[in-house]
Amino acid sequence: MADMKVYFDHNATTPMHPEVKKEMIAAMEMFGNPSSMHSYGREARANVEDARRKVADFIGADEREIIFVGSGSEANNTVLSLFVCGTSQCIAGSKMRSTIITTKIEHPCVLETSECLAHRGVRVKYLDVDRYGKIDLDQLAGMLGDDVGLVSVMMANNEIGTLQDIEAISAMVHASGALMHTDAVQAIGKVPVDVRKLGVDFLTISAHKIYGPKGVGALFVKKGIPYCPLIRGGHQELGRRAGTENTLGILGLGRAVEMRRFEMPEEEERMLHLKQTLRRGIEERIDDIYFNGHPTDALASTLNVSFTGVEGEAILLYLDLEGIAVSTGSACASGSLDPSHVLLATGVDAELAHGSIRFSMGRESSIQEVEYVLDVLPPIIQRIRNMSTAYIKGGLHAASR
Amino acid sequence: MLQAGEWAYSETLKEHFMNPKNILQGENTDDFDGVGMEGNLQCGDQMMVVIKVDKEKDVITDCQWKTYGCASAIASTSVLSEMVKGRTLDAAFHISPKEVALELGGLPDHKIHCSVLGDKALRAAINNYYTRNGKEDQVKQEQSKVICQCMSITDHDIEDAVLEGARTYFELQERTKCGTVCGQCKDESEALLEKFKHIHFGA
Repeated sequence: MADMKVYFDHNATTPMHPEVKKEMIAAMEMFGNPSSMHSYGREARANVEDARRKVADFIGADEREIIFVGSGSEANNTVLSLFVCGTSQCIAGSKMRSTIITTKIEHPCVLETSECLAHRGVRVKYLDVDRYGKIDLDQLAGMLGDDVGLVSVMMANNEIGTLQDIEAISAMVHASGALMHTDAVQAIGKVPVDVRKLGVDFLTISAHKIYGPKGVGALFVKKGIPYCPLIRGGHQELGRRAGTENTLGILGLGRAVEMRRFEMPEEEERMLHLKQTLRRGIEERIDDIYFNGHPTDALASTLNVSFTGVEGEAILLYLDLEGIAVSTGSACASGSLDPSHVLLATGVDAELAHGSIRFSMGRESSIQEVEYVLDVLPPIIQRIRNMSTAYIKGGLHAASR
Repeated sequence: MLQAGEWAYSETLKEHFMNPKNILQGENTDDFDGVGMEGNLQCGDQMMVVIKVDKEKDVITDCQWKTYGCASAIASTSVLSEMVKGRTLDAAFHISPKEVALELGGLPDHKIHCSVLGDKALRAAINNYYTRNGKEDQVKQEQSKVICQCMSITDHDIEDAVLEGARTYFELQERTKCGTVCGQCKDESEALLEKFKHIHFGA
């Protein structure tokens, strides 16, 4: 069993689907520039547009509403940056609506862009979340007003898996006259996403979270919604994103969503079973633990747990030595000194946030892998607790006495 | 194509992480002559060092520890516990985080702060030994006051940083890591920074 390799870090990135690899390898000779009129260019163009149709179909959009970008982070930066413009030339009326609302648990690419926008004169308001990571719709109602231009709320959280009610949020946002963006990078391919049903104006997709290649994503921009490119100087993507298209990557993204379409429906139940087995096993075998995230409104593949008295990077590295890959909300692993902003926002104590581990499973994860983790994890936690100043059974801390 | 490196840190660090030496078993410290504890759980690092001392020679005969922290923190306390055995109290008192990092085969910059608590806990244990044995005169009580609770940075550390060239709060943070966690000490640190600048450099 020591040779077993378990990859439980699918929210960080996923291995490419064999079908995606096959298609990309077959397309390796396709080097034409989609903007060229000759046969090389036309071949590339046909494949890019085919991928666009697949992505559009997958989320219930029109193909003209899909812009290919370099990453989910770029898509999010693009949407938020629409509202920094000091003039109202690009985005009519944006001068009057210079407030952005987002949440405290967004991905750093949203939070740091928001901070940067705040320095450039945009007013940013942050929604709190409850202990399960859900935003409070009443708080949102209180924040909305005729000064708000954009609301950005992630559909599924990357660390704790909590899902937000985007449909209800969109309705409120539109009633107040603002635009609605959701970062669906973690939700897409795991739960059904239909842009019309959700009622969003902007939606972010990344390929490498759904068994596609890295370095490519897509941004849905609803028809008729004002838009201004982040990267200028080219007619690509109908002038909405300059730069020669990442043809191979786009092809891979197209194939990845297609495969999600086939595989997603049967997957959720299997994921839930794996997660419940993992959750129950941890509960039964390890004392003094806390699960983070919403018990039901959450991704079926994500389980986040805090262990008292142990620091997460140590758990991660001991698990790595046993062939198990996970991630942690501990500060130490990230190189910063602050533990997970998501866990802190849900009210988790800093110490418990430092001791949190995220297991995120994927299409190839098996019950054997879950069982292997359940065999390996308890002795590791016990071992770290034995050398910790912060743990004796029952959770009373040496330091607090 | 390159393969994954053997590990995130040095081989020595890995060895001390996989097989930490001299872990204090249980909670009982009664058999030891000096006990010191530094750090806090909110910041993600806490270390306790306990020592046994040959009272004739003032030499450390045993050193054990507990650490709440990451791999670098665990390994640095482990390697420290090996380093101090057989040293005189005076020599052990002057072990610096740099020496610990060196012994570990080096630490990445962002991990240095994980290793600074071990030697502080050791100094606290040595002082605790002096106090318990009626040698209060030898306690190297720097009469210092902890300003930054998160990183255990004292007014003395801030003074040292100023003497070594820190002139702005940012430079102070670069040198000491003071105020880099919760940031509550910012006002007090800035006041001290100005005070020491004035005392030493008339600024």
